Amino acid sequence: MKAQQPLLETRGLKKYYPIKGGFLKRTKNHVKAVQNISLKVYKGETLGIVGESGCGKSTFGRTILGLEDLTDGSILFRGEHIEHLSDRKLKKYKRDMQMIFQNPFASLNPRQRIGSALDEILVIHMKQSKAERDQSVKNLLLEVGLKEEHYHRYPHELSGGQRQRVGIARAIALNPSLIVCDEAVSALDVSVQAQVIKLLKELQVAHDLTYIFISHDLGVVRHLCDRVLVMYLGSMVELGTSDQIYNNALHPYTGSLLSAIPRPVPGRKKERIKLQGDLPSASNYPSGCPFHTRCPIAQEHCKMRVPEWREVEPGHFVACHEV
Amino acid sequence: MQDNAALNWKKPKAKKKEKMLIQTIKRLLKNKLAVLGLVIIVLQVILAVFAPVLVNYSPYEQNLSETQLGIGSPEHLLGTDNYGRDIWSRLVYGTRISLIVGISSVGLGLIGGLTLGLLSGYYRKLDGVIMRIVDLLFAFPGILLAMLIIAILGTSIVNVAIAISIWSIPGCARIVRGSVLSIKKQEYILAMKSIGASNSRIILKHILPNCLAPIIVFATMRMATTILSTSALSFLGLGAQPPTPEWGAMIADGQDFMWTAPHMSIVPGIAIMLVVFAFNVVGDGLRDALDPNMNLDV
Repeated sequence: MKAQQPLLETRGLKKYYPIKGGFLKRTKNHVKAVQNISLKVYKGETLGIVGESGCGKSTFGRTILGLEDLTDGSILFRGEHIEHLSDRKLKKYKRDMQMIFQNPFASLNPRQRIGSALDEILVIHMKQSKAERDQSVKNLLLEVGLKEEHYHRYPHELSGGQRQRVGIARAIALNPSLIVCDEAVSALDVSVQAQVIKLLKELQVAHDLTYIFISHDLGVVRHLCDRVLVMYLGSMVELGTSDQIYNNALHPYTGSLLSAIPRPVPGRKKERIKLQGDLPSASNYPSGCPFHTRCPIAQEHCKMRVPEWREVEPGHFVACHEV
Repeated sequence: MQDNAALNWKKPKAKKKEKMLIQTIKRLLKNKLAVLGLVIIVLQVILAVFAPVLVNYSPYEQNLSETQLGIGSPEHLLGTDNYGRDIWSRLVYGTRISLIVGISSVGLGLIGGLTLGLLSGYYRKLDGVIMRIVDLLFAFPGILLAMLIIAILGTSIVNVAIAISIWSIPGCARIVRGSVLSIKKQEYILAMKSIGASNSRIILKHILPNCLAPIIVFATMRMATTILSTSALSFLGLGAQPPTPEWGAMIADGQDFMWTAPHMSIVPGIAIMLVVFAFNVVGDGLRDALDPNMNLDV
């Protein structure tokens, strides 16, 4: 797997938001939303990105799709730089990279019928006749488990799960190779979550899709993902296969995240690693290791030096001085 | 089963569209004041359209033997003015002027306001410039701005419409800009961007339909202001010139005879009041009826 060319690669990706203030609206400081993410995503895999809210996972997802301008670094898609392309040149790549959004109630235009929403994507990218497009939209609806009758419905007439299926249909309409699922199932209730995840898995096999699955739900990520990246305050903390992360977590932050998963085992009191203090502000970035302010095993030198991103076992990377 | 589905493929479309419109109308009809306002507006439109059929005298026809007849005279139901012109005829023809000026200047104002609002809301770079221009227009009191424009263009009813439409632009632009700013942040706009839709497509197909509700309300309310301002300007002698049967001009004509023939001013005054009231309550009713969040409850 490692020998092949990655589908998507980011090199030192940074996204800073300027904080402007004062009399002349000068940039006073930056919110460092994404710090130095270097990552390779291979064809056909599902990469999970986990971390607490505000750690930059969504920003990262949006930046690689070009929805946010990056501050520094580069993005390579199939080996080609796409970070500074104009909108027109990017359109070709946008067909290949799609996104499924978190909130199915906000991601569909409330005044547009489902059918016309899907049809519009085909209008933008495909030169097809109305009849051909109608046929494609019908097939799409059936493929994501909706019925033809939903073609004429408005979003507010559908349930959350059905809307998310429309969101999925929209993402696969152009037959992309990469889909970024930004908290794609977090807004759904558990039984619907399971159905949607099942659908995502089926589509992955049928269309040879690669997923970047952004979530705060570690249980779902474990179920769905081949590899998992843990992020903290915009930085990469640990990356490994699902197995490595869930059974052999090295970074203390990963450990505390995992211990926060509720396990309904009666009679067994689990050991919970509770972190002290609050998440530091991304505008006031800690020196050295970003995690040292809350780390249970922090040493003096953690405050000074940024930990190296090193491979501790094949495919298992971690950024910590102490492991 | 398969055949059935294919047969029903095109059918429900018309029904669904109707349903949404009907829902809005139903909600509007539940509001009694709005219904009253609608009735007044419909009456006004009927008066304007069928004016020649509804009157016995020309609004310009003078009859110096029958001046200042009071309300309830056998030949002239609403009396006559100081030249013996039938006030009912003048009132009915005045409806035409009010409606035409109202619709055209609101229309022009909307075109200008929508363009500026959409551009400044969507393109951050244009925002500063456009909003400063709008602020500039806002800085003048409305009537003063209209008078200024009329002073430049000359007094006529067409120039009144132009002046009032320019005065409508800043309000409309701000409302649209506000809606665009909130809609722009919605995920479905982000989704269209990630699909690769062009800016013009996003603005026209996705942002514009979603900010129509406040614009419809604004336009209705604006009709009231426009009709009132047209009359005010005509009253001041800046709009319709005599002998045009414009309501404001009619009030002005009557003010010299306030003690001897008060109906000359009071009748057009009541007409203006009723129409302004009607457009305002319908605007209020529409605001409630068009609230998209209420779609979910029905």
